[in-house]
Amino acid sequence: MAKTYFTEDHEWLRVDGGVATVGITDYAQEQLGDLVFVELPEIGRKLAKGDTAVVVESVKAASDVYAPVDGEITEANASLSADPSLVNSAATGDGWLWKMKLSDESQLASLMDEAAYKAHIG
Amino acid sequence: MTGEDTKHLPLEDLHQAAGARFGAFAGWSMPLTYPPGVMKEHLHTREHAGLFDISHMKLFAVSGPGAAALLNRACPLDAGALDISQSKYTFFLNEAAGIIDDLIVTRLGDDRFMVVANAGNAVEDERHLRALAGDFDARVEPLDRVFLAIQGPDAWATLARAGIETGSLLFMHGIEPRKNWFMSRSGYTGEDGFEIGLPEADARDLVTTLLKDERVQWIGLAARDSLRLEAGLCLHGQDLTPGIDPASAGLMWAIPKEVRAGHFIGADALRSILESGPAQKRVGLKPDGRQPVRAGAALVDADGNPAGHVTSGGFGPSTGHPVAMGYVDTALAKAGTKLFADVRGTKIPVDVTPLPFTPHRYRKG
Repeated sequence: MAKTYFTEDHEWLRVDGGVATVGITDYAQEQLGDLVFVELPEIGRKLAKGDTAVVVESVKAASDVYAPVDGEITEANASLSADPSLVNSAATGDGWLWKMKLSDESQLASLMDEAAYKAHIG
Repeated sequence: MTGEDTKHLPLEDLHQAAGARFGAFAGWSMPLTYPPGVMKEHLHTREHAGLFDISHMKLFAVSGPGAAALLNRACPLDAGALDISQSKYTFFLNEAAGIIDDLIVTRLGDDRFMVVANAGNAVEDERHLRALAGDFDARVEPLDRVFLAIQGPDAWATLARAGIETGSLLFMHGIEPRKNWFMSRSGYTGEDGFEIGLPEADARDLVTTLLKDERVQWIGLAARDSLRLEAGLCLHGQDLTPGIDPASAGLMWAIPKEVRAGHFIGADALRSILESGPAQKRVGLKPDGRQPVRAGAALVDADGNPAGHVTSGGFGPSTGHPVAMGYVDTALAKAGTKLFADVRGTKIPVDVTPLPFTPHRYRKG
């Protein structure tokens, strides 16, 4: 069964069968404001935890979204090319950013669950 | 988020009550957005009326028998040639003709002028004006005012409903409609609109009245920036700096021909720049596709040679595409020239484009 994790950088990961779907939290999209562009990653790109995976651009500024764990990109959310505002309207649903195959599932242990994340953002 | 020296707007409580998200700008804690968000705020201003708190900007009253002469020295301006109530966009220049600040000067009386200056330069502007005032019989008085802008096609009608008639006031004119009020038909959005400096108590009343009108909404600094960029208007500190002269900035329209021979500070340097032609020019830039090109991005030509750089860039909610401006080598400044902006290593094609991106809708007569 899928389990959802959160990072201090306001990302969420839904992990199912060794593959994580990654996006930014509702709190993060609210901070960023209206998104107008998402620079999606190449399929097959290998990322180490902390690498910039995606750049989300609001009217005013560009912000990096980091890989929360090590892994390889297996899919990017192509619907964001036509409608980046999906990240605003459905941050934890249709506004997901990418999927990655995890190379070390033990890294998940250092991430937060929903209750811890809620405490983190106060 | 903000340091101890951060200045706070007199109406900050009203912005908090309206749900504003704050951020630092030019030493001030400013409302960046309100709950509708930058996109809706921007479009609302173009469609109805946006209310902006611009009290971070500074008003200076310059008065006395030598007031016009002082301004003629500080600015490339013939202040004495202005009609009473006429406003003029002008600059403080340094000796190298670099732009210390861009300003609007309005003649209020025979020897009384209002100078509206940018927040980030207010301290330097005051120091500069006071230093010069010693040579003239003139007084420089910084005013303690709340400063509001009401911008958009419904601005005049919403002011009329609030009991403020604007019918006879045309674009780039300013008057004192009430005691300690200054109101000009001007703005920073490309739309028809007004800027009103007034005492805090009056401002609270006016804001309360205006916001009862559903056509009026608070608009934050984020939309103020996207509105001015679409309108091709410069932001000092980005598009204009003390290292950039009015010829390079494409702002010579603000300096009347007969003034160019004059004795304002920077006149000699500006004349020599005009004689040889500026090396770079400010241009509009339209990126291909949807990816915004931001301030600081390097520009190259088709062969990869350096061509200039971007000074302002973002997304234009009204145009529906990214918009930018920047400086390019004069030979590349012609509209239609194809250049490339370096965004995180990717070369984004950009077209040199005439400004503004959205047509100005000023009420000129």
